[in-house]
Amino acid sequence: MNSAPIEIRSAPHVQSTKTVETIMRNVVYSLLPICAFYVFQYGISALASIAVVTGICLLTERFFVRTGTQAGRLSDYSAVITGLLLALTLPPGFPLWMGAVAGMVAIALGKALFGGIGFNVFNPALVGRAFVQAAFPTAIATYTPSFLPGRFTEFIPSTLAWPLMIPAEPTAWLKAKNLDALAGATPLAKWKFDGVIANADELLTSLSGHMAVGPSPMLILLCGAYLASRRYMDWRIPLAVLGSAALTAWLLFAFDPARYPNPFFMLFSGGLILGAVYMATDMATSPVTPKGMWVYGALIGLLTVVIRYYSGLPEGVMYAILIANAASPLIEKVTQPIPFGRGVLDRAKKRATYPLNPGYISREEASAVTPKKRFLPNKPKK
Amino acid sequence: MNAAQYKTWDEFMEGVWRQNPVFVMVLGMCPTLAVTVSAINAISMGVATLFVLVCSCGLVSLMRKLTPKEVRIAVYIVIIATFVTAVDYAIQAISLALYDALGAFIQLIVVNCIILGRAEAHAAKNPPLPAMINAAGMGVGFTIGLLALGVVREILGAGTLFGVALFGAGFQPWVIMVLPPGGFFVLGAWLLLFSWWARRKAGLPAKEATPHV
Repeated sequence: MNSAPIEIRSAPHVQSTKTVETIMRNVVYSLLPICAFYVFQYGISALASIAVVTGICLLTERFFVRTGTQAGRLSDYSAVITGLLLALTLPPGFPLWMGAVAGMVAIALGKALFGGIGFNVFNPALVGRAFVQAAFPTAIATYTPSFLPGRFTEFIPSTLAWPLMIPAEPTAWLKAKNLDALAGATPLAKWKFDGVIANADELLTSLSGHMAVGPSPMLILLCGAYLASRRYMDWRIPLAVLGSAALTAWLLFAFDPARYPNPFFMLFSGGLILGAVYMATDMATSPVTPKGMWVYGALIGLLTVVIRYYSGLPEGVMYAILIANAASPLIEKVTQPIPFGRGVLDRAKKRATYPLNPGYISREEASAVTPKKRFLPNKPKK
Repeated sequence: MNAAQYKTWDEFMEGVWRQNPVFVMVLGMCPTLAVTVSAINAISMGVATLFVLVCSCGLVSLMRKLTPKEVRIAVYIVIIATFVTAVDYAIQAISLALYDALGAFIQLIVVNCIILGRAEAHAAKNPPLPAMINAAGMGVGFTIGLLALGVVREILGAGTLFGVALFGAGFQPWVIMVLPPGGFFVLGAWLLLFSWWARRKAGLPAKEATPHV
């Protein structure tokens, strides 16, 4: 090491052992229990979905890294995170070829086009999901109940649809299992279209198998707590998202309990927990200022509840996060912390003086000569 | 340069390839994104624009010495509007279904900036024959551009090509391809492909240094 060249660079000089790769690897570790439980809930269809989507994400990433279109390496695990998260947001019986389309779009459109890791404006997994939501609206709303008997030996029929072909309807398949077609609806769809509100234990576990709850919310909170405690994730964002969603839902519930569901249902149904813990906290697409994180999280929570209540869609987390992603540069700009010694309105404090004592200026700076502007001669015309 | 020396083929290919209105100049985006849901629509729109382009450029070129400079834009618009009206009625007479599919975009050919651009930049300064050849090249280029979008969007959005089913009955249509975002995605993909191709042809490396911030 003694032959290393001296490097001169500007502040910050404090170094941390956390690299992009460490953070991403730990996020992957924390996602593994969630994926494992998801597979336990839905069987081999979920396993195939996770494997295919993640594999396609990695292949697409490899292509764009190889051709030099995007920054980053395959080994930084960011494409693995995108793939796992994308698979967790899709229905377990989502046709594999549609999952592959989603994974390809997520990396190519959501990440590579912007220049790779750290340059993306929107969360790549959500870009992929938004694309397939717009392209295949029926397939993405078709859920099957969790904890079905025989889920480890047989695929959900829609999983194995031929590429470019319409997937099989699960209705007949569910009938053969003595379940009605409605059993597969998500709690949010049931509430939106039938006015049925699921009770708490059904939402948290769905052990009776009559409810298509997504990945387990309690497990996600637990894994998120691990990440936050190891400082791989900022705790402000999930707290702000969940807090603002709960507050909005509670205000509406207090206003008219007959019309609006209770806040607990709002928090634990659908993808809000997953979105708050894993999607909204994506470092490249969320603000870095602490105040900005609160604003950003609060915006997501508010938008989620508003979209769920007042739009045609049962679920609104995805669009809420994408909108907040788009707003995050602006949020960052208006929430810049005020440097010490400055007044609130961006001017010097009254009576505060900052004399330009030559002693404060280093010798190099004091004798520094401003380089003269040099004008390049005009290029000779051909 | 006298009139006999015009390189007619180059003049024609200018619009088809080097100055392609869709892929290089990115002009006339309104019909490009709106009517390219199917290949038939795209071709009809392209041919209608081609006809208006060639005829109006020819007339503008014939009248270039009579037109006072101050009112030239008004004169161009009147000329273009005349041919657009003719095309509008012709399409309505040939196929009402197609007319409904193209909607207001036939009338909107009047304000298509490709046509006004050609009239102003080329036809007003050149004799009729080269002006019409150049206009024909532009029109063909525009048609090719629309067709490139229309083919992709029709195959993915409906599973058909020129109305012929490609994948049989069980095809899953990609709803997004018939919606406006699909138009933007496909246009972006084609632009990407053509710029990559152009770089390759120019001998430039496809790979640029990865930006470090």
